[in-house]
Amino acid sequence: MTWQSITEWWWPYLFILLAGWLPTDIWRFIGVLIGGRVREDSEALIIVRAVATALVAGVIAQLILYPSGSLAESSVILRIGAAVAGFAAYLCLGQRVIVGVLVAEVILISGLSLNF
Amino acid sequence: MLANALPFIAGIMADSEFPFPQSDAEDLRTKFSWFLSGASMIFSIPALILMTAHVGFAGFASENGVSLLQATFMVATIWALPANIVLIGAISGGYSLFGAAIAVALSSIRLMPMVAAFVPEMRGPKTRKFTLLFLSHFIAVTAWVIGMERLQHVPRNMRTTYFAGLGVTLTSTNTLVVAIVYYLSTDFPPIVFAALFFLTPMYFLASLWGSARDRSIHVAMISGLLLFPLIHYLAPAYDLLLTGLAGGLVTLAYVRWQQARQHP
Repeated sequence: MTWQSITEWWWPYLFILLAGWLPTDIWRFIGVLIGGRVREDSEALIIVRAVATALVAGVIAQLILYPSGSLAESSVILRIGAAVAGFAAYLCLGQRVIVGVLVAEVILISGLSLNF
Repeated sequence: MLANALPFIAGIMADSEFPFPQSDAEDLRTKFSWFLSGASMIFSIPALILMTAHVGFAGFASENGVSLLQATFMVATIWALPANIVLIGAISGGYSLFGAAIAVALSSIRLMPMVAAFVPEMRGPKTRKFTLLFLSHFIAVTAWVIGMERLQHVPRNMRTTYFAGLGVTLTSTNTLVVAIVYYLSTDFPPIVFAALFFLTPMYFLASLWGSARDRSIHVAMISGLLLFPLIHYLAPAYDLLLTGLAGGLVTLAYVRWQQARQHP
């Protein structure tokens, strides 16, 4: 059964619930059950937090290295360069998020306009 | 800004008459102001960045033949941008229902450790499991990063209320953004979209680093960033999950090493 196999109006919504909502929220619910058993300040919580942080870091790397949409056409060197420069600016100039974001964006946009 | 707003809101509410005993009215008032405090995060930089990402999503949905109502339904029920993009990819690729569900499940596994780490942060002494299950729907990367940073400054018994304000507002506003942008079929030159899409990773990079309370989080973050390309090359289907596990192991080794150094 695919998106187009039933032509009733409700089918796409059922498809979204079964193929989108269910396989997403099920992980959140399992996360609640696991998180409910973890005591604060325990080593288990340190590990769970580390796994979650490394995972979010993986999402960041994915968005920079393998982006979708219009960003996918830019050069990977430009994206890595802009991200590294932005993060370095963030660390060196008083850890302000906005500084890191702006420096990275200026480099990315300049690079894109120069067709780098 | 908030510190000024709270007494103001409390002042307005003090004038209205509550049909409750004094302590209940007081409690409700405190709760309401914490809810508003969470909701006001919609005006923060990360929330604005998330909205720009949803502007991009509206365009992506309409390019792939997903209708306005279907796209807004996706945002509200799934509430995880990568899962939404994977689902639309599966739809336009002609996947079966089961195949699409597997693809989405793989992209959403990351929510499990994220929620598991978030719950001990958010729950109060008397929080019911049902409340946590309901609120967990609103946990995605942006709300997670904001919550991990802010919840520690919120009194324990007000944290679920604060997150309800933050989460519900973030989800409903972005659902609305997708509907409006889709309806207006706003079109921007590709360079604008490219610049918008780059905001998200840069914001996460800086704020994740800044919200860390100890070194172990920095170790986890750096190992995740560096391990991801290698793991993506070796096992593209499970890259995020394996990155999380490998980064967790590296961090555990670091924590053990630190303990051994401090207590020889």
